[in-house]
Amino acid sequence: MIPLLIYIAIFVAAFFLVTKVVQGAGLKDYTSLKTVTFGDESAVRPNRAAGVISILTIFLMWGIFTGSSLLPSFLHAPGPFEGTATFTYTAQVEGQAPDDATVTVVVHPREQETEAPQVEPGDGFAKNDSAAIAQWRTGLINVARNDEISKSDGNQVIAINGQKIAPGESVEVEGGVVTLSDKGTPNFQPTRGWQMEPLYLPAPEAVWVRSIEIAKEGFRNFTLLEHLGYSLFRVVVGFLLGALVGIPLGYAMGLSDWFRGWFDPIVEFMRPVPPLALIPLVIIWAGIGEAGKIILLFLAALWIMAIAARSGVSGVKISKVHAAYSLGASKWQIMRYVIVPNSLPEIFTGARVAMGVCWGTVVAAELVAAEQGAGMMIMTASKFQNTDIVIMGIILIGVIGFGIDMLMRWAERLLVPWKGKG
Amino acid sequence: MTGLSIQNLSMRFDLPNGDHVQALQDVSLDLKAGELLSVLGPSGCGKTTLLNIVAGFLAPTSGKLVLNGHDIKGPDAERGMVFQQGALFEWMSVRENVGFGPSMKGTPKIDKDKTVDHLLDVVGLQDFKEKAVYELSGGMQQRVALARCLANDPDVILMDEPLGALDALTREKMQSLVLKLWKETGKTIILITHSVEEALLLGERLIVMAPRPGRIHKEYRLPFADLGVDADLREVKKHPEFGPRREEILNMIWDMEEEIMGGTEDAA
Repeated sequence: MIPLLIYIAIFVAAFFLVTKVVQGAGLKDYTSLKTVTFGDESAVRPNRAAGVISILTIFLMWGIFTGSSLLPSFLHAPGPFEGTATFTYTAQVEGQAPDDATVTVVVHPREQETEAPQVEPGDGFAKNDSAAIAQWRTGLINVARNDEISKSDGNQVIAINGQKIAPGESVEVEGGVVTLSDKGTPNFQPTRGWQMEPLYLPAPEAVWVRSIEIAKEGFRNFTLLEHLGYSLFRVVVGFLLGALVGIPLGYAMGLSDWFRGWFDPIVEFMRPVPPLALIPLVIIWAGIGEAGKIILLFLAALWIMAIAARSGVSGVKISKVHAAYSLGASKWQIMRYVIVPNSLPEIFTGARVAMGVCWGTVVAAELVAAEQGAGMMIMTASKFQNTDIVIMGIILIGVIGFGIDMLMRWAERLLVPWKGKG
Repeated sequence: MTGLSIQNLSMRFDLPNGDHVQALQDVSLDLKAGELLSVLGPSGCGKTTLLNIVAGFLAPTSGKLVLNGHDIKGPDAERGMVFQQGALFEWMSVRENVGFGPSMKGTPKIDKDKTVDHLLDVVGLQDFKEKAVYELSGGMQQRVALARCLANDPDVILMDEPLGALDALTREKMQSLVLKLWKETGKTIILITHSVEEALLLGERLIVMAPRPGRIHKEYRLPFADLGVDADLREVKKHPEFGPRREEILNMIWDMEEEIMGGTEDAA
């Protein structure tokens, strides 16, 4: 809740700061002079400043709630308690006066092994205790363990820091909360603060350091480049095979009513089946090796490409075909000079969609079973609770997916400049 | 025998609901080589169907089509076609579009380039040779379409409202260009149009078609096309015969349209 509020506050503050203060006297181009902007989609252009601030804000929020060393410490959300905390408990045995004793708890970072400190036993039948508890963890402190009268002889904790307590109840003490368990043993939980535990969300710099380390040393017998390369290789091979079969199939469906009739039910049925749903069947048929993954990606790309090629052919204006015929073109020439170029824009759009779907599918397939690959990397890392590797993997998968799309758009602009100009 | 002969052409097709449409009934027409025929008529009179049959895109249910002594069986380079718009190949440059026909025939590059250069000069697009066709204005695109058609040196040019999508000024310029090209090349031209003025200006012969069933209603021989080859078209329109002819044909088409409207009301 608090992170969301902070996020909204940054959003609103940045909006007013940028639009009212900084860009108030901005440049007066044609669009900025439009008075009707609400509802005019062409007047809505992404605000560059908003984009940059948006990305910075994500990292800022990430840093704030992980206590990142990249941020000055006054920006950090309150961190977990670290250090020594003490509280007293009052023990009672029937027939005797209650006796107080002190418990000293050392709260230490998880990765740092710490011994419970030595403490003076003190007087009375209740003796002083000590314990070492890692941050974000809790610890049962068996205070009666060293007392002169054991728990089974009726030794009971009745108060913490002078406040009465019964099993199930809690008392706030310095550095944490003491809860009395059902069996009457105090359970100390150090204050957690508002920061995320590194196990759940490591700081940005931790992810960066781990990325460098993985890039240098590799992960599970393969370098980072090999993992990503395997995923990309599968996508490219699967997509190319899918396009190789799908495009001619789509052309055939667009040009012959028999082919259209024959394959329409198959294509229309297979298209809405998510490729992920095919993973189990593909594993049964082809095993978990390379072949299975490529078959899966082939199937993911096939229908998309077939449908794109089909609609590319159907989309050719009849006047273009007529014109070509009356200019003396043969069927083959119509195919080569009219139908194929006319369908290329559609095919490129299909290819972009297919590459996106293939990239998603390959990661999912690798999550299920793989020796190497981006999906395998994050899946294995998550099993060992290496959240930093998981986050690194997700970022890399996103960046590569985005890169593929950019590459396809670029190729499209270069190869089919007539798209949408018919 | 040279020229185009259309003999007792009928076109009738069935509709899915069991009805049928008589798009053309018993249409006969003889065109000598080098004649310019314009075709007028209300919508649904079968003029586009007629053009598509002559082009070879449709087969008539009965009747005969003979061009220069042989039957017309399908589309062929001897009959070029100019469409209203959108029939250029936007993946090709202006030069490639104009040279499409010769390329398909396998004309040697030198000859092809000569033809293309000449035609681009004629239509005034030499400076736009390497441009993509979608970078040109609508009028320029139709010039490309004309040049592309001429590059194939067809015997007959079929025009399906080629100037219909152009603005008034561009249209006037293009009308002059069509007349100029007709005179220079001596092609047989069939021009379909919705504009009575255009039909009068460009048609050496003019037929008005009537709907239900599609048939030739009336035929004219007009002097305006010959006059327009050398004179300003606006001057031609001042010819004493021009105004009355225009009124006559407009009224004729108007009456046909009325009849259609009345017919549909009765049916409803």
